[in-house]
Amino acid sequence: MARIELRNIAKAYGSVEVMRDINLTIDDGEFIVLVGPSGCGKSTLLRMIAGLEPISGGDFTVDGKRMNEVPPRDRDMAMVFQSYALYPHMDVARNMGFSLEIRKAANDVRVSKVQEAARTLGLSKLTERLPKQLSGGQRQRVAMGRAIVRDPSAFLFDEPLSNLDAALRVEMRLEIARLHQRLKATMIYVTHDQVEALTLADRIVVLNAGDIQQVGTPLELYDTPANKFVAQFIGSPTMNILDIEPKDGRLSLKNGASLGLGLTNAQVGARELGVRPEHLNIVGPEEAHISGTAELVEHLGSDTNIHANVPGIGQVLVREHGHFALKSGDPVGIALDLEKAHLFDADGRRLAA
Amino acid sequence: MSALRKSSPLAVTGKYLALGFYIAFALFPLYWLVKIAITPDKLIFTEGTALFPSEFTFENFQTVLIATDFLSYFKNSVIVSVGTAAITTAIAAAAGYAFSRFAFRGKRVIIALMLITQMFPLLMIIAPIYKIVAAVGLLNSLTSLIIVYTAFNIPFATFLMQSFFDGIPKDLEEAGMIDGCTRFEALRKIILPLTLPGLGATLGFVFTAAWSELLFALMLINSNDTMTFPVGLLTFVSKFSVDWGQMMAAGVLALVPSCLFFIFIQRYLVQGLTSGAVKG
Ligand SMILES: Nc1ncnc2c1ncn2[C@@H]1O[C@H](COP(=O)(O)OP(=O)(O)O)[C@@H](O)[C@H]1O
Ligand SMILES: [Mg+2]
Repeated sequence: MARIELRNIAKAYGSVEVMRDINLTIDDGEFIVLVGPSGCGKSTLLRMIAGLEPISGGDFTVDGKRMNEVPPRDRDMAMVFQSYALYPHMDVARNMGFSLEIRKAANDVRVSKVQEAARTLGLSKLTERLPKQLSGGQRQRVAMGRAIVRDPSAFLFDEPLSNLDAALRVEMRLEIARLHQRLKATMIYVTHDQVEALTLADRIVVLNAGDIQQVGTPLELYDTPANKFVAQFIGSPTMNILDIEPKDGRLSLKNGASLGLGLTNAQVGARELGVRPEHLNIVGPEEAHISGTAELVEHLGSDTNIHANVPGIGQVLVREHGHFALKSGDPVGIALDLEKAHLFDADGRRLAA
Repeated sequence: MSALRKSSPLAVTGKYLALGFYIAFALFPLYWLVKIAITPDKLIFTEGTALFPSEFTFENFQTVLIATDFLSYFKNSVIVSVGTAAITTAIAAAAGYAFSRFAFRGKRVIIALMLITQMFPLLMIIAPIYKIVAAVGLLNSLTSLIIVYTAFNIPFATFLMQSFFDGIPKDLEEAGMIDGCTRFEALRKIILPLTLPGLGATLGFVFTAAWSELLFALMLINSNDTMTFPVGLLTFVSKFSVDWGQMMAAGVLALVPSCLFFIFIQRYLVQGLTSGAVKG
């Protein structure tokens, strides 16, 4: 059990600063997901928590104790690597029990813990195999088993599912969620996949270029993104961003279409309007805010994605629920659900009403 | 897959012909060595170019083993080669690990220096080396050869070991350290077992290099007691006015340890080629 605190954490490689002023408190038993585009520093942050990467500045504490200089083996954290990092020369059982072997746990304790973990993960029949004799999904389970056997105070995951195919990814995602419910241990999970983040996290930390953009529950990030980056990163398909020109204190789009929405004093600096595809609707001409032609219509069964070209504005993506009878080339009128739209200023910050 | 790989009989024949030609080409000198070694002396010149001698004899082997100092040369060579291989590989493994895993000041300079040592023609440095060895009083000793061979083989052996360590994902020892190992324990329990093929290859390479080295052995060793095998082989030229049969017999015998060595490490070499399969 662990309450992890990062205070003003900084990281530099030589003279290159890749991270600064990271502040984050992770509660005991919380499932935190670090999400962001490739290269934003997720792995670096996780590795600093694990002790694999020296911390350049700030304080890292676990349950109030400063741990900056504590070596990985004394941090009581288990990690699941993206490459799984199974020991190729050890069979599954020895891989899973290696931490106990190193800590000189009694033989029967080790065997029974490994057996229990193998049973939980459906690996009981494979304990004598070498990693190279396993499929990708099985290796992934062994890597998780190795972490579970230790009963650590915190679990760290670095993109554990990114080497699996789509179906297996969904299955393992569920398994990790179940694991968290059962163990109630603190988990820190790194991914670049916002779907994994939204489905697994108690709270999500969105990172970009070494900075925390926003910390919040999945719904907070979806409903009230702090800025354009978070707004576009969370949610799929991506939010539409439309240029706006305030005219007489009312909101107009770049092509002159008036949205009839009054701007509050706080919103006069607004430059862009963000609205998610699911908050746009195909409507008849009299209700439409904007109109154009459907360039591409994707029928997904559950949803229909309509890529519309609106003169003077450009590409707009509309998502309609269920099957929507429309084909490419059809003229479309589009209405915006302004209640759920967001205004961003010139720096990309969201302007609340 | 199998349908794709099934190529025309002509291509298969061609492939085996090419392979056969290559093997014959590579093995012919060895065959000739053995052939001359078992040809009786009186036939060596009369049927010089015949592929098979009309008579066989093991007399040459007998003479070499009993009447010459061959066994002493052989023993000296074993001591020098095994010593060089062991010391070089130990140092190269440590250095290669450091180059592969750590960033430290002066790393590039050291690598550059090691490369530079490989650029001088041996002939250029043989005189200075002789002076140094003489000055420390190690002339005519096997120790001097071990030291010199070790020094000359370390750069290449280090780069070889480094490339083997580079091939072992860093994640593995990091996983080990998270699982409770110190860095050294992770090295010993996880990295070392995986690098056995690399150690085997490096040992084999250095062993063979030391086994067949002539130039330094010739310069630094004069006394018959401490001659290594390649130097000793030359005594067949002076003493017996080029005794081809015995020389070749000695040569055949000298191949035995190399062959044994490679048969022994072959398993690891093959393993080394396929060990990439373990990563997901
Ligand atoms: N060993 C290193 N030396 C220099 N820069 C590094 C090193 N490791 C990572 N970086 C830099 O740190 C940044 C964050 O990397 P990383 O944490 O791996 O990103 P992510 O996991 O989010 O994709 C990147 O810009 C990367 O170039
Ligand atoms: Mg990463």
